[in-house]
Amino acid sequence: MIRQAFGRHLSALILAPTAAATLVFVYGFIAWTAYMSFTGSRMMPVYELIGFDAYTRLWQFERWNVSIVNLLIFGSLFVGVGLLTGLLLAILLDQRIRAEGLLRTIYLYPMALSFIVTGTVWKWLLNPGIGLERAMHQIGWENFRFGWIVDPELAIYTIVIAGVWQSSGLVLAIFLAALRGMDQDVVKAAFMDGASTLQIYWGIVLPSIRPAFFSAVIVLTHLAVKSFDLVIAMTNGGPGYATDLPAIFMYSMSFQRNNIAVGSATAMMMLCTVMAIIVPYLYSELRPARSAHG
Amino acid sequence: MLKIRFGFACLALAALPALAGPPTVEVLHFMTSGGQAKGMKSLKDDLEAQGGKWVDTPVGGGNSEDALAKLRTRVMGGDPPSSVQLKGPLIQEWGALGVLQPIDDVAAAGRWEQALPKRVSDTMKYKGQWVAAPVNIHRLDWMYANPAVLNKVGIRMPSTWEEFDAAADKLKAAGITPLAHGGQAWQDASLFEIVVASVGGPEFHRKALVELDNAALTGPTMKQVFDRMRKLRGYVDANFSGRDWNVATNMIITGQAGFQLMGDWVKGDMSAAGKQPGRDYVCANPPGGGGASFLFIVDSFAMFKSKNPDVLAGQKLFGRLMMEPRFQENFNLAKGSIPVRNDMKLDKFDSCALAARDQMDKSIKGGGFNPSAIHDMAVASAVRGAMTDVATKHFNSSISSDEAVQLLARSIKQARE
Repeated sequence: MIRQAFGRHLSALILAPTAAATLVFVYGFIAWTAYMSFTGSRMMPVYELIGFDAYTRLWQFERWNVSIVNLLIFGSLFVGVGLLTGLLLAILLDQRIRAEGLLRTIYLYPMALSFIVTGTVWKWLLNPGIGLERAMHQIGWENFRFGWIVDPELAIYTIVIAGVWQSSGLVLAIFLAALRGMDQDVVKAAFMDGASTLQIYWGIVLPSIRPAFFSAVIVLTHLAVKSFDLVIAMTNGGPGYATDLPAIFMYSMSFQRNNIAVGSATAMMMLCTVMAIIVPYLYSELRPARSAHG
Repeated sequence: MLKIRFGFACLALAALPALAGPPTVEVLHFMTSGGQAKGMKSLKDDLEAQGGKWVDTPVGGGNSEDALAKLRTRVMGGDPPSSVQLKGPLIQEWGALGVLQPIDDVAAAGRWEQALPKRVSDTMKYKGQWVAAPVNIHRLDWMYANPAVLNKVGIRMPSTWEEFDAAADKLKAAGITPLAHGGQAWQDASLFEIVVASVGGPEFHRKALVELDNAALTGPTMKQVFDRMRKLRGYVDANFSGRDWNVATNMIITGQAGFQLMGDWVKGDMSAAGKQPGRDYVCANPPGGGGASFLFIVDSFAMFKSKNPDVLAGQKLFGRLMMEPRFQENFNLAKGSIPVRNDMKLDKFDSCALAARDQMDKSIKGGGFNPSAIHDMAVASAVRGAMTDVATKHFNSSISSDEAVQLLARSIKQARE
């Protein structure tokens, strides 16, 4: 009897510690951060609620506004260019070429690096004094100029370059899997009917791998919103604070400037941004499952 | 009867270790690089030679933020480290939370009051009680140059900004970067503070960056400060963004650049590279009002309350040894700073350190001995952050001096709310 009950609840029992830990360390601390954002906490947490003061102060920071604009630039380009590059690479790799396994590994490999490594390498490559620009000068191209990383107006685009380099391999893998999972008969039929390659891709292939687009967008978007280490390694938010992103601003407020309330408010703004993207995704993912049960 | 006696025996046994424990300190610090680590090790050896127990809690990377994050969690958990590397107004902020341990008897016995400049001893006290011990005095506003470079283009150390500009133009013409600078936010801000004290003079610096006086912050002198910063921006090389300060120092050593305006930790690095002041490099006051100024940065350790009597004994021993000439000499020789005690001989120190001591005495008399705001000696970290943001924003963009003045006043006001 007891053994039966044990057997029935075994999986629940095994999952319980993880569930409890997640409840406390993820949702518990999200709740705590949310609470903090409504207090006047500076160096140490205080628990007296004072309303939306921290949010009002947050939006007065010029640096916060810079980091929001940067997130929009970085986020849209990182996702857009990342998708295009990944898709293009996937389509090219899908042409039944030789050494595909090797090439796939090469493209996927940057994903194995941490953003810190990527950031440091690109920092060196793009530094006009030691990197690409200097190399071009040495081989005789004296007029070559590529100083984006030290230009406050353009530095954010160098972060996009490094970010896309890092993540396009992952996007490639997602798209390649989707392309391979397609029903080849449809393509063949379209081909028989005399459709051009462009028509086939535009009219048949791309629509049928829509779910892959969705996954890739979600993955890239949340990477963009929480970006921190890549920027820290590449520019440390500079020149000035021209490449500040919300996560860096949050760290700076909470840990460097003894402003826990504003830091928490920043974290909540970021959470809301991620939720605005993830929740519709979860909703659309979970709905078919529910209807299948019903 | 037997039972009672046994009970007493147990009590005595339980009490024994508490009575007999060695004086113990747990030291939370971020002095983990080269010379500083060596300095801390010498203090540890001194303490252990006196029968003390040293529990080392270093935070790597010379990173005060990580150390503070650690301190915060330890205090919240009710188990603070006994001695913590803290400086300036932060000592007052922790004092206000009632967690700091006074060690007045050690201070009285060591004649700290008489041995320290008043502005320094004030920061070590909370409500009149000594709660921290100072390690060293750094001067932020130094100007360094390589004499070989100066000779090559035929210039002298400039004492006014006009002379500086003339020298910079000559350097530029000779293909040498006039100003060695690293474009990191804190370095931009350090340069800004040096310029505030040398363009506006020490009194203006105190009014604007220490007392945060609105008239000084928004006045015409502050505009001149930003004009000067814009001018200096033209003297750095194209590749300065993100450069570390010691890489900039290396540009001076190797003759690629003319001047560096930075604190005396530069000197610690020069000494480590085997360079002699006077021969391989010269140190001087920044141009203009810099001649009367001494922007000080004092590293110090604050004592945190503990219920354990061994810890209090340890803190007293720690504080006493820290202020003894032996440690002050060992530590400061390695770090490039000068000892905090004014009753010490500086026989082993180099000419730049002696110059720093002279400048300190002179500036204390003349009222130019002021805490560095950018290095957390004067204002709350939120305000320091606001100043840093504006200084680095201005230096790395093309906003006008007027806009920068507006932005500075607005950001400081906002940070103080």
